[in-house]
Amino acid sequence: MLKEQELTPEALKTTKAYREWGLTDDEYQLLTDSVLGRLPNYTEAGLFSGMWSEHCSYKNSKPVLKKFWTQGEQVIEGPGEGAGIIDIGDGQAVVFKAESHNHPSAVEPYEGAATGVGGIIRDIFSMGARPIALLDSLRFGEPEDEHTKYLISQVVAGIGGYGNCIGIPTIGGDTVFDASYQKNPLVNAMCVGILDQADIQKGQATGIGNSVIYVGAKTGRDGINGASFASAEFNDAKDTQRSAVQVGDPFMEKLLMEACLEVIHDHRDVLIGIQDMGAAGLVSSSAEMASKAGSGLELNLDLVPQRETGMSPFELMLSESQERMLLCVKAGAEAEIYDVFKKYGLDAVTIGHVTAGHQYQLFHHDELVADVPVDALATKAPVYQREKKRPARLNKQSHHQFMPRIVDATGALKKMLQQPTIASKASLYETYDSQVLTNTVVKPGSDAGVIRIRHTDKALAVTTDVNGRYLYLNPRVGGEIAVAEAARNIVASGGQPLGITDCLNYGNPEKPEQFYDLDESAQGIARACQLFNTPVISGNVSLNNESNGEAIYPTPMIGMVGLIKHQQDITTQDFKHAGDAVYVLGTTDEAFNGSELQKMLTGEISGELFDFDLVTENQNQRLLLRAIQKGLVASAHDVSEGGLITTIAESCFGKGFGVDLKSDICAANFFSETQSRFVISVTPDHRAEFESLMDPYATYLGQTTDDDRMLVMTADQAFDLKVSFAKRLWEEALPCLMK
Amino acid sequence: MKFAVPVFPGSNCDHDMVNALRDILKADADLVPATTTDLSAYDAVILPGGFSYGDYLRSGAIARFAPVMTAVQAFAGAGKPVMGICNGFQILTEAGLLPGALQANRSSKFICKTSELIVKNNQTQFSSAYAENAHINLPIAHGEGNYYCDDATLAELRANQQIIFEYADNPNGSTANIAGVMNRQGNVLGMMPHPERAVETILGSTDGLGIFQSLLANQQEVAHA
Repeated sequence: MLKEQELTPEALKTTKAYREWGLTDDEYQLLTDSVLGRLPNYTEAGLFSGMWSEHCSYKNSKPVLKKFWTQGEQVIEGPGEGAGIIDIGDGQAVVFKAESHNHPSAVEPYEGAATGVGGIIRDIFSMGARPIALLDSLRFGEPEDEHTKYLISQVVAGIGGYGNCIGIPTIGGDTVFDASYQKNPLVNAMCVGILDQADIQKGQATGIGNSVIYVGAKTGRDGINGASFASAEFNDAKDTQRSAVQVGDPFMEKLLMEACLEVIHDHRDVLIGIQDMGAAGLVSSSAEMASKAGSGLELNLDLVPQRETGMSPFELMLSESQERMLLCVKAGAEAEIYDVFKKYGLDAVTIGHVTAGHQYQLFHHDELVADVPVDALATKAPVYQREKKRPARLNKQSHHQFMPRIVDATGALKKMLQQPTIASKASLYETYDSQVLTNTVVKPGSDAGVIRIRHTDKALAVTTDVNGRYLYLNPRVGGEIAVAEAARNIVASGGQPLGITDCLNYGNPEKPEQFYDLDESAQGIARACQLFNTPVISGNVSLNNESNGEAIYPTPMIGMVGLIKHQQDITTQDFKHAGDAVYVLGTTDEAFNGSELQKMLTGEISGELFDFDLVTENQNQRLLLRAIQKGLVASAHDVSEGGLITTIAESCFGKGFGVDLKSDICAANFFSETQSRFVISVTPDHRAEFESLMDPYATYLGQTTDDDRMLVMTADQAFDLKVSFAKRLWEEALPCLMK
Repeated sequence: MKFAVPVFPGSNCDHDMVNALRDILKADADLVPATTTDLSAYDAVILPGGFSYGDYLRSGAIARFAPVMTAVQAFAGAGKPVMGICNGFQILTEAGLLPGALQANRSSKFICKTSELIVKNNQTQFSSAYAENAHINLPIAHGEGNYYCDDATLAELRANQQIIFEYADNPNGSTANIAGVMNRQGNVLGMMPHPERAVETILGSTDGLGIFQSLLANQQEVAHA
């Protein structure tokens, strides 16, 4: 067996081989001079490269993340643990988090996406919660491109392959196509779980002599130092990155999940802590568990279950093999834990102990191969306050809104419905099991997915949103809109927004213009969260989303969860009956810069972003929620990309009702993307009460009909087409593009 | 009437089935591990959906060797009702309790949607609550639900009225639109659609209730005979 040649500490210093792992010269110096007071050996330098990567340490984003609002009386657990927790009453809580798997999905799309799903599920059940829903927020290049087609089909297959097998429904998400993501697709997965508050777990290792137990899959050479890989930029000239992608096994994770939940529920008296082995694998989980508890730790690496021979300490500690968890268990109680895992056919092995002091010590073949302060690994990564500079693109913006000329309104709508970002995504989400666990009330395709909470009258609404184009034109306002749109989707479904998780997808923060985008949009997100009372309870940061020096649009994905207090309040976007009154809540202005229409007509987006007012947004959301809770609303749909006419069309498509509407707005403005609006339908018997509640904010447009006809008279021309025909265009566009 | 729902490693619709039986139909139902060898305490067995043993070889191909399947064979041999849903159907064909086989969907993709079915034979203990040729909506969720059998088997299935459910709009390429088949003796049913996902209005359909109501009603008749 070939043994990997490990450089001596001196050779590591002179060759600067640590740079390959993402450690900078300054960080190496810091490690040598301040942390250790000596040269680190090969293994030790490797541990620090993983733990001090952006992915594990947030060294570039910490100053930004501090700006987020994380309070709120509903918050039980904010950022810091595996996932955040929010109180939903009756002793129950909702647990959720999102995580990006962008880099792995770019090089190995099936496994990259699949292991993204697997990783976020582990974060949820490690908190003691049963995962009940998955969502995916995806960004790809234009689907005409052959490689993009491959990425789309493989990413979608990977998400389905994992989620379907483990048996957690994928009930929502969003998919957007734009050339900005051509070489750097975004794959962000979110998982939501439910727990009884008594079952809440922490990732901690306390009590000298207590055992550290490794459970789940064996460790192999997959995903070695993936955290550092994920924190680097892509470069065409260097195609050696494939081995840093992990391989997933959803069947193994299903067994692991059931076994861990059994330990959490039935053996809580001996379980001290539990944590997922995610990014930076064994070193990250063990060091964080010890550091959080103020303990020391020693591990004997010879005991780690291994699926390959001759693995070095470096490889064992930094492998990102999937489906592994680390438990801290009271000394003497190991056997009862082994028995649970044995029942599921899983490995459970004591690999070390909690020690006095604060050292992190690794033994391999009876030799001490690493001896470092545990806090230095887990919490003492350098924090960088990056330089911020307003990007040139913002200084060159036109102050005027793009003014579209629409000569054929119906024709423009037909074209709009076939834009990949607007078109139906059914061909993608129908490959996900959205109904397993039999709690799914609103399936994918509406504003938010809705799952009922069994044995209660409550339900949860969940959504993911962000429009990177808006952020590209104005990072701060775009950040506000991302949160606002998520909240709008929750409210349209009958829910009260509770909190958010996020995946902050940006370019290289060492470039001042990229850091500006990150910092500005974080401030926008923070302000909106405070106003909507939706604290940030978890999330992750994915930087260096660049390809050959070109960054993606700033894309902070917002995953929001809302509480529907009574199941009768669950509302969908489909018109429900003929003869219902149709209203638009909110005013329509000329908001075209960054719009789908601008992209469709000019091929690009440009100019200053349109105006947006958070206070109006909040007021309109509260109005709609009150109307829903009073039982006055038959359907509600948020107005977003593609504008009012697209929203109306989508509400017709669900059950095939037509509309007969009239408005003094001109046809072009029916494509405007002014925020803070909803299309609402109301049964005749509720009209009077609805109008008195909504006056003067809602405008009556007309009625739904039994006819297969969408007729909308505008100030200048009419949209007039068959609903069935429009629906077919909308449904067939994406499958057709993907051929 | 007491139902057994065997749980294979990787089953994931086992709790859904038991919840439907207990909460909605108020029937007795137990989850039983795949290591169970004795089913004598039960009146009916339902093999649930999921990905037994990861379905890494071929759907159902490993599960058929689980200890509980020996008991299921004996149970079926004694004429007692056995039903397999989705992965359960795949296991029943692998075990030889039902004719034919399930292959990958024609699209080669997993499909999750509501599917319209036609009740082709309502003269069975699994379908008597439905009207003949009734159209019902049940969710499907499978990657390998494309039913295949050769011409001779198909002729036999037809001659003996063993085709219980057909797809109105064949979503997966199944031979003769077959969604659910029964053995010749009339006590073993396999179907790809999920009736346990269609037992509550809030979840979109209650069309699946008929299958369980048929079983409960017919079992009562047997008991009183």
